[in-house]
Amino acid sequence: MTILEFTAIVAAVSFVAGLLGSLTGLGGGVVLVPLLTTLFHVDIRYAIGASLVSVIATSSGAAASYVKEGFSNIRIGMFLEIATTFGALLGAFLATRIPTSALAIIFGLVMVYSAFLSRKPRPRAERSLPPDPLATRLRMNGSFPDAEGLRFYNVQNVPSGFSLMFGAGALSGLLGIGSGAVKVLAMDQAMRIPFKVSTTTSNFMIGVTAAASAGIYLSRGYIDPGLAMPVMLGVLAGSLLGSRILVKAETQSLRFVFAGVILVLGLQMLYKGFWGKI
Amino acid sequence: MPATQATASKSHPFQPQPWRDRRIELILGNLLRTGVLLSAAVVLCGACIYLARHAHEPANYRVFRGEPSDLRTISGVLHSIIHERGRSLIQLGLLLLIATPIARVVFSIVGFAIERDRMYVAFTLIVLAVLLYSLLGSGAGG
Repeated sequence: MTILEFTAIVAAVSFVAGLLGSLTGLGGGVVLVPLLTTLFHVDIRYAIGASLVSVIATSSGAAASYVKEGFSNIRIGMFLEIATTFGALLGAFLATRIPTSALAIIFGLVMVYSAFLSRKPRPRAERSLPPDPLATRLRMNGSFPDAEGLRFYNVQNVPSGFSLMFGAGALSGLLGIGSGAVKVLAMDQAMRIPFKVSTTTSNFMIGVTAAASAGIYLSRGYIDPGLAMPVMLGVLAGSLLGSRILVKAETQSLRFVFAGVILVLGLQMLYKGFWGKI
Repeated sequence: MPATQATASKSHPFQPQPWRDRRIELILGNLLRTGVLLSAAVVLCGACIYLARHAHEPANYRVFRGEPSDLRTISGVLHSIIHERGRSLIQLGLLLLIATPIARVVFSIVGFAIERDRMYVAFTLIVLAVLLYSLLGSGAGG
């Protein structure tokens, strides 16, 4: 394959991944690395570097539309960023040290888990939880515009949310993904944040977390311009288009299909990891 | 600051509304989008040069070699731009992209400082320190 053909096909695949990732809310990065490694025989380290770059593009590109909705809670985001950025540093250092077959196995496990998680209905945030002393002290409780006006919420279990976020950051740094699934889990399940708030806050955090490992990836030579270019441009275009049509589209069945794709790719990564074919 | 006071008085007495001045966030959101589009434009320019010169060479990413040193560091990228290399220009665009979330963190510090929220100024400074360490301290800055 010549560089021109390679660039065109990778850009097209990245565009579709970005579009589906943004329509389903499952993120495009998680399918990119397995696609690049299996379809295009790209070394997993180059694939992870390119994916990480595209994660930053998606997060920062979507920020403007998320901010207008007024759901994201910048204090929750910034406090948890302490955990995710330290996690991301650890993950990025580990990525340069552990064998690629181990990377593939962890990647496969995360994908299978994400596919499973996307099938579970997200918990309806209870309306009136008592204020948690620590969350109150950290000024995390907030409100967001609802059909009935402003809705207030009280954040719970800050320490467990913080620890989960460290893990999410480590996975992000290790695998070059946004690990939105783990971030949303920490905020939905542990901290009981309404999902409109957790989804938009997670988007903000994903970019900052990815930037924390990007420097390490760059200095280790994981970010190849020839590969990152079509991936970044494709994913960015796809996700921007996706966020435009998101409001009208019926995403339930699409989510189901995409979760299936993630599951299959995850199992394939596990297979390749265990049999050392990566 | 009449606008700020009006928003503040509407919020619940025990639950402060985060980011009272949403204008900062709106400006920031647009700034980020501009940053991303700018970096995409730079990457695209680099892509044109790169493809014009190397379109028909074989693509091979099977073996990990790591990037040459001038594509691994900020100063290396900036120096090699002079030679009008497509790959360096793409890498510059990617550096701009990495800078967008960092810019957001920097502006958040300003936002928290305006709100006189010292605790969150401190939290945000910690996050910024980690980001700068990764970009400048881990070898990419050299």
